[in-house]
Amino acid sequence: MNATTAAPNRAGRNWRGLDSDTALIYGVLSLVALVSWGLILANGGQINVANTLVRSVALGMVAVGQTLVILGGSLDLSVAYQVSVTAVMASYVMQGNPDRMILGVVVVTTIGLAIGLANGLIITVLGVNPFIATLGMALVLRGVLNSSFDNFAGAVPEQFQVLGYGAIGPVPLAVLLFAAVVAIAWILLRATRFGHHLYAIGGSEETARLSGVRSGRVVIGAHMLCSLTCVMTGLFIVSRLRAGAPWVGPDGNYDLESIAAVVLGGTALIGGRGGVLGTVAGVLILALLDNLFNQLEVNTFLKDVLRGVIIITAVAVYALRTRRGRA
Amino acid sequence: MISAPPILQMRGITKRFFSVPVLENVDLDATAGEVHAVVGENGAGKSTLMKILAGAHQPDAGSILLDGEEVRFSHPREAQARGVSIIYQEFNLLPERTVAQNIFLGREPMRGPVVDAGAMEEATAMLLTDLGVEHSISPRAPIRELSVAQQQTVEIAKALSFEASILVMDEPTAALSPHEVEALFARVRLLQSRGLAVIYISHRLKEVFDLAGRITVLKDGRTVGTVASDAVRPGELVRMMVGRELDHLFPPRAAPAEIGAVRLRVQGGAGDRLHGIDLDVRAGEIVGIAGLAGAGRTEVARAIFGVEPFTAGVVALDGKPVRIRSPRQAIRAGIGFLTEDRKREGLVLPQSVRDNALLAFRSIGRRQSGGEAASSRRSVVDLARLVELRAASLEQEVRYLSGGNQQKVVLAKWLATRARILIFDEPTRGIDVGAKAGIHELMRELARSGVAVVMISSELPEVIGMSDRILVMRDGTFAGELAAGASEAEIMLLATGEMETVSAA
Repeated sequence: MNATTAAPNRAGRNWRGLDSDTALIYGVLSLVALVSWGLILANGGQINVANTLVRSVALGMVAVGQTLVILGGSLDLSVAYQVSVTAVMASYVMQGNPDRMILGVVVVTTIGLAIGLANGLIITVLGVNPFIATLGMALVLRGVLNSSFDNFAGAVPEQFQVLGYGAIGPVPLAVLLFAAVVAIAWILLRATRFGHHLYAIGGSEETARLSGVRSGRVVIGAHMLCSLTCVMTGLFIVSRLRAGAPWVGPDGNYDLESIAAVVLGGTALIGGRGGVLGTVAGVLILALLDNLFNQLEVNTFLKDVLRGVIIITAVAVYALRTRRGRA
Repeated sequence: MISAPPILQMRGITKRFFSVPVLENVDLDATAGEVHAVVGENGAGKSTLMKILAGAHQPDAGSILLDGEEVRFSHPREAQARGVSIIYQEFNLLPERTVAQNIFLGREPMRGPVVDAGAMEEATAMLLTDLGVEHSISPRAPIRELSVAQQQTVEIAKALSFEASILVMDEPTAALSPHEVEALFARVRLLQSRGLAVIYISHRLKEVFDLAGRITVLKDGRTVGTVASDAVRPGELVRMMVGRELDHLFPPRAAPAEIGAVRLRVQGGAGDRLHGIDLDVRAGEIVGIAGLAGAGRTEVARAIFGVEPFTAGVVALDGKPVRIRSPRQAIRAGIGFLTEDRKREGLVLPQSVRDNALLAFRSIGRRQSGGEAASSRRSVVDLARLVELRAASLEQEVRYLSGGNQQKVVLAKWLATRARILIFDEPTRGIDVGAKAGIHELMRELARSGVAVVMISSELPEVIGMSDRILVMRDGTFAGELAAGASEAEIMLLATGEMETVSAA
C-alpha cells in the first residue's frame, strides 16, 4: 500500500552531523598522520604534536571564519590583510604598555567588525559578487597598511605574549583558544537559527527567502564572524612576534590557504554543505604535510606541486562522490 | 452536491505580464473537503492563477476571499499564515538539509538561544505519522536521500505544518510512477476527509475524474466553466479545453513530390524517461511532436542530439546506423537543435550576432585556413539575409534583439553548419504573433530545400498548422500518429490517454 517504503533512506548515517564526507576526511587525516609520523620517525626525526597544533592555530581560526562565509554562499579574500590590520594596530596601540592591552584588543575588534560589516553590506546591499567585493577590500586594506606603516609598528607588552606562548599544563593556550573557536562555530551552525539559515541560504537563497529568512542579515553576520576570527589570528600572531608588520598576513597566505582548507574539509565552495569539523581536518592535513615535507627536506617548489595535487585530488573525489550518490 | 459555503472565492482575477493578458476575469471557488481540479492546455493560465492564490504574484484586478473575508497577499509567507499552501512541480526543498530542518525553515522552535532540534524532530515525526509515512521517512534524513515521491510527501507535511486549509497541488503526478500515484491519491483523499480544500492542477484527465468533485476549465486565460465531474464526459471536457480559431495562416504543407527519402530513423530508442521510440523523418517534411508537459518530447530531442543519448535502440541517418554520444557528434552528423530555452541554451547573450551564428560552425573545426575572417563575414551576411534577420549590425549583441530575431540567429547558427536535420523545440515560444509567421515561413522553406524538420510544440494550432504528420507523446513514448490537419480534440485525446492508440489515418 505504502509506496514510499520502496526506497528506504539511510537516516542513521547522519548521526550528529558526522556524515560520510566528514568521516572520510578524518580517515584521510588519520592516514596522513600515521604516514607522516612514521616517515619522520624512520628518518630519525621527532614528533611534536603540540608544535604542529600551535602552527595550525593561525590558519585554523581564519579557516573556521572562512567556512562560515562559504557555507552561506559567500567568500572572503580579504582575510590575510585583516590579519595584518589586527597585528599592526594591536602593537601600535599597545606600544609595549600593559595598561593599554585592553584598549588595543577593543580597537582591533572594532576595526575587524567594521571590515566584516562593510564586506557584508557591499555583498548584500550593493549586490557585488563576493569574490570582487572582498578582493577589493583586500586591496583597500593593503593600500592603507602600506602607506601608513613600513615596518614593525610598536610592540605588545610581554604579558600579552602569554597568548602565543602560554600553556595550561601540557596544552598550549592558543590550542585551547582554537578549540573554543571551533566549538562555538560548531554550536552556531548546528544549534542556532543563524546556522540553520546560513545553510539554507547557501543551499538556495530563493528557498530561504520564500521561507521568510532574512538572508541579508545572516550573510552580514557571517562576514562579521569571519572578521572576528581574523582578529583572533592577528592577535595570536602579534603575541608571538611581539610586533605587527603589514606583511604578516599575506606572508601567511591566509586567503588562499584558508579556502583550500575549507574545500579539503568537504565544504562545498558554492555553499550549503559542509561544516567546521571538516575544515579542522583540512587545516591539520595541510599542517602535517608541511611538517612532513620540512622533515624530509623536500624542495620548496616540489612542496607546492604536491600540495596542489593533493587539494585537487581531494576535491575531485568529493565531486565524484557527489555525482555518484546524489545525482 | 456540496452545499457548504466556499472557504475560498477568487473573483474576476486579471493579470497581465508586460501588458500581455495572462488571466482575464477568472473565477474559482473551493469548499472544505472538496478536491477541485483546474484543467486547461499548456499556457491556459493555471499556474499563474495558483501563484496569485499563493501570494507569489499579485493580481492586477479581482479579489480573493477566504471564509468570506477579502485578503491580499504580498508574500507567500502571508498566504501560508492564512492557511493557503502550494506545492509546486519543482519542490522548494534544500537537498542538503534534513526533513525536519526543511519543514521548519525560518520558524525553528527555540529553547533559549538554541534551536530545539528534539522538538522540531518530534513535531516532524507527528506530521509524518499523520500521513502514514513515519516508517519510511525519518525526520533526520537529508532530502537528497529521498525519492521524488518521498520529497513530495515532505512538501505535503510542510503544508500541513502551517495548518493549511487550502492545499494547491501543481501537476503532482508529473514525476511519479504509477504505484506512487496510487499512494498520492490515498493521501489526497485523506486530506480531503479531514476537511481540507485541495485544488488539483493536472492535464491528466483520468486523474481529474478519479479525484475531483468539480472541475474548472481554463482556456487562454479565461474561465470556460466549472462542472461537476460526474456530469461531464471526458470528450466534452476536452472540447471545453480546446477548440479555437487559428489566429494566422500557416504556409502550405509539403506536396507529396517534395518529400524525399528517410533522413533520420530511430528504432526502439529508450532512455531514463523514454521507451519504445520509433521515429522516421523524411527529407522535405515537417513532423510535429505534440504532448503534454512531461510526456518526454524534449527528452526525445535531447536524445537524438546526443545531450542525453538513447541507452538502447538504433539511430540511422540517411540509412546508415550512427552512434551519437555527444552534441558535437550530432553537429558533425548534420543535426541542429533549436532548444526551448533560447537564452540559456541557444545563444551566448553578450556576444555578437556574428559570433553566435558561427559558434557551432567554428567549434566543429571546418575552419578555412587563412582568411577565416573574410569568408565568415561573407557567409554570415548571407545567413542573416537568408533568415531575414533584423539587427543593427552583425556586431550587435544578441541580448538586444527581439525574441523572433534571436530565434533567427539560432537558426542561422545551424544553417552555418549546413545541418540537414533540424529539431525545433517550441520554435515560437515567447515570440510575438507577427514574428511567428516569419519563423513558420522559414521552417517551411527549409523543409522545401530538403531539410528534415522535427517540430516540438505545446501550441496545438501550431502543431496542426505546420505539421505534415503529427506524433503525439504520452508517458515517455509515442501514443499515436495523426495525419496532417488532425483536430485539436484528436490530439488532446491521445495526449491525455483518453483514446486508445490509433494508427495513421
